[in-house]
Amino acid sequence: MFMAMTALALIWLRNLFAVAMMSGIYTLLAAALYVIMDAVDVAFTEAAVGAGISTVLMLGTLSLTTSMEKITKNIAMVPLIIVTATGGLLIYATYDMPAYGDPNAPIHKHVAPRYIEKSGQEVGPPNIVTSVLASYRGYDTLGEVTVIFTAAVGVMVLIGRSRRRREKVIGKPENETEQA
Amino acid sequence: MLSRKSILRAVSKLLIPPIMMFGLYVQFHGDFGPGGGFQAGVIFAAAFILYTLIFGVDNARKVAPAWMTRLMLSCGLLLYAGVGVVSMMMGGDYLDYSVLSEDPVAGQHLGILLIEFGVGLTVAGAMITIYLIFDGNNRSAGDD
Repeated sequence: MFMAMTALALIWLRNLFAVAMMSGIYTLLAAALYVIMDAVDVAFTEAAVGAGISTVLMLGTLSLTTSMEKITKNIAMVPLIIVTATGGLLIYATYDMPAYGDPNAPIHKHVAPRYIEKSGQEVGPPNIVTSVLASYRGYDTLGEVTVIFTAAVGVMVLIGRSRRRREKVIGKPENETEQA
Repeated sequence: MLSRKSILRAVSKLLIPPIMMFGLYVQFHGDFGPGGGFQAGVIFAAAFILYTLIFGVDNARKVAPAWMTRLMLSCGLLLYAGVGVVSMMMGGDYLDYSVLSEDPVAGQHLGILLIEFGVGLTVAGAMITIYLIFDGNNRSAGDD
């Protein structure tokens, strides 16, 4: 309910500063939802990354650009139709999903029983999420870390460089420790 | 910058050490409770970002110079991939930690500890780098 209200406010607000704040609130509510669904690890990540860091980064971006959205009069019909159709299809597909917490759902039949029963002997840590993330699914996590690494390198190359060039043009003395 | 506000300065000085402690706790307690490298890295970076917000980019760069965050960024990934290579050299599959020690469970534990540390290093390094670049750009744009 609250999430729907924040989402609507996100659409209507024109001040991007307020939009960044509202998206922070939205992710915090999502984190609370995950706690209710007993996914504490996911909620932790959502609160730290979504509500914390993303909001700060969005504000940082706003201070680099402008803080008001450009107002356009004409409504883009084709994207609206595509988005509505996709959303409708997704909602229609949820009716085919097994009920929440159904022990016979396919997701609980595939590899989950083995993780729950064997991970104590095979891997050790009492937190099954950690053993799945780091051991059974080690490749995936390595990929995720690589994505984060690439993102930071991308920011370094794109924005860090432009600043260095600008300083050269102005003729300021180059200070290596100041640039990232 | 906000460095003139004495209440903000005092409260942030009080808050930063507990935030960093909590980050380390999440990092090394991830085997037993919720948490792990990703969350720990982000929390640790949040402490740095708070410091940067209050005391400015120049002071933050003295604490975490560019070479250090870059080193964190790359060493974390290298540590993760390196654990995989070591486990291959010791006769197992890539990222199979059971061979790291005589007891498979102890090996798994060591492997998870190491790669989680690598994840934490990379995430913290990435977040600090990205934030400091954004903030540094912002300030130089204001100077122009």
